[in-house]
Amino acid sequence: MAEANNASQRLQDRRPLSPHLQIYKMMFTMVMSGLHRITGMCLYAGVLLLAWYFIAAASGRHAFETVNWVYSSFLGRLVLFGFTWSLFHHWMGGIRHAIWDAGYMFDAKGRELAAQATLVGSIALTVIFWVLAYAYR
Amino acid sequence: MVEFTLPKNSRVTSGKTWPRPQGATNVREFRIYRWDPDDGRNPRLDTYYVDLDDCGPMILDAIIWIKSKVDPTLTFRRSCREGICGSCAMNIDGTNTLACTKGMDEIKGAVKIYPLPHMPVVKDLVPDLTRFYTHHASIEPWLKTDTPAPEKEWLQTPEDRAKLDGLYECILCACCSTSCPSYWWNTERYLGPSALLQAYRWLIDSRDEATGERLDYIEDTFRLYRCHTILNCSKACPKGLNPADAISKIKNMMVVRQF
Repeated sequence: MAEANNASQRLQDRRPLSPHLQIYKMMFTMVMSGLHRITGMCLYAGVLLLAWYFIAAASGRHAFETVNWVYSSFLGRLVLFGFTWSLFHHWMGGIRHAIWDAGYMFDAKGRELAAQATLVGSIALTVIFWVLAYAYR
Repeated sequence: MVEFTLPKNSRVTSGKTWPRPQGATNVREFRIYRWDPDDGRNPRLDTYYVDLDDCGPMILDAIIWIKSKVDPTLTFRRSCREGICGSCAMNIDGTNTLACTKGMDEIKGAVKIYPLPHMPVVKDLVPDLTRFYTHHASIEPWLKTDTPAPEKEWLQTPEDRAKLDGLYECILCACCSTSCPSYWWNTERYLGPSALLQAYRWLIDSRDEATGERLDYIEDTFRLYRCHTILNCSKACPKGLNPADAISKIKNMMVVRQF
């Protein structure tokens, strides 16, 4: 009996795990859920950049000029652009999750619409933000 | 925790290509996950060719055709062939569904078939569903009452009965739970969309008297709140049910009962 149990345990230990993320079709709402997390993590880095900016501004002209030089370089602007998009995307995503938490938009059309609106909204807000930023520079 | 790769013994290798049916003109390619517990090798992806002129229109027809005409060792579960038993749930063309209700014409190109995702594989397309059933049993899916049983039956108004529509139809095929990344990565502790939909089915049953007790069990960071509204569950359900909606209603009950 004990021997039989051991054999069945050995068989169970040998069982492979079936493929998951590797084979599952990328669903739009699934990708958007992932993006919400990724943008959330980007915000941690973004807030550090913001903190650096304020600290530099408080500590004197030289430090402020350095940070300004870094942020206004091509790469710096690219990072800032990504940071603002992350911010808007995470914000829009937060609204989407609030709607879902309240129990709305779970039907087949509503859930796609909510996810599409998040993406379109975040891109639109980012573009508007930068257009205004350059216009009032 | 999030897993991006498979354990070493689970990585899928390229397998055998089986011969095309002779003289067939209308042929469809199938790539099917194989794992044999007896040969000590890794899982592999075998290629088969199905003669569509000799075979029914559904995916299940095709894999039965392969089993009877090409390779009798191909292993899978099936029974009712009409979407009511839930046995032939598998990952077809990247999403979980029932092989018997999925038409070949719904898929472009070669048909890829894997077992339900992130499950221990017993053989080929047969996953071990023990834990999935344990989760279902843990929500105590039966009528619980304190009042003595009536002489004939527990009565319910048609309106109260209608609240069970969209819930009682669940056939426990596991398509939803095994489509959920949160279930993949918290299998030990997250109940998953199927068990939670079933839990909600009893929570809103007007005859059930254990609502508080049921909510107490479910109210847990892992059991309930690992649902992050990814919504793969509702998109996968072959019966057109909406587990994500049911889970959201449970979350709302958790809030409402605090007042």
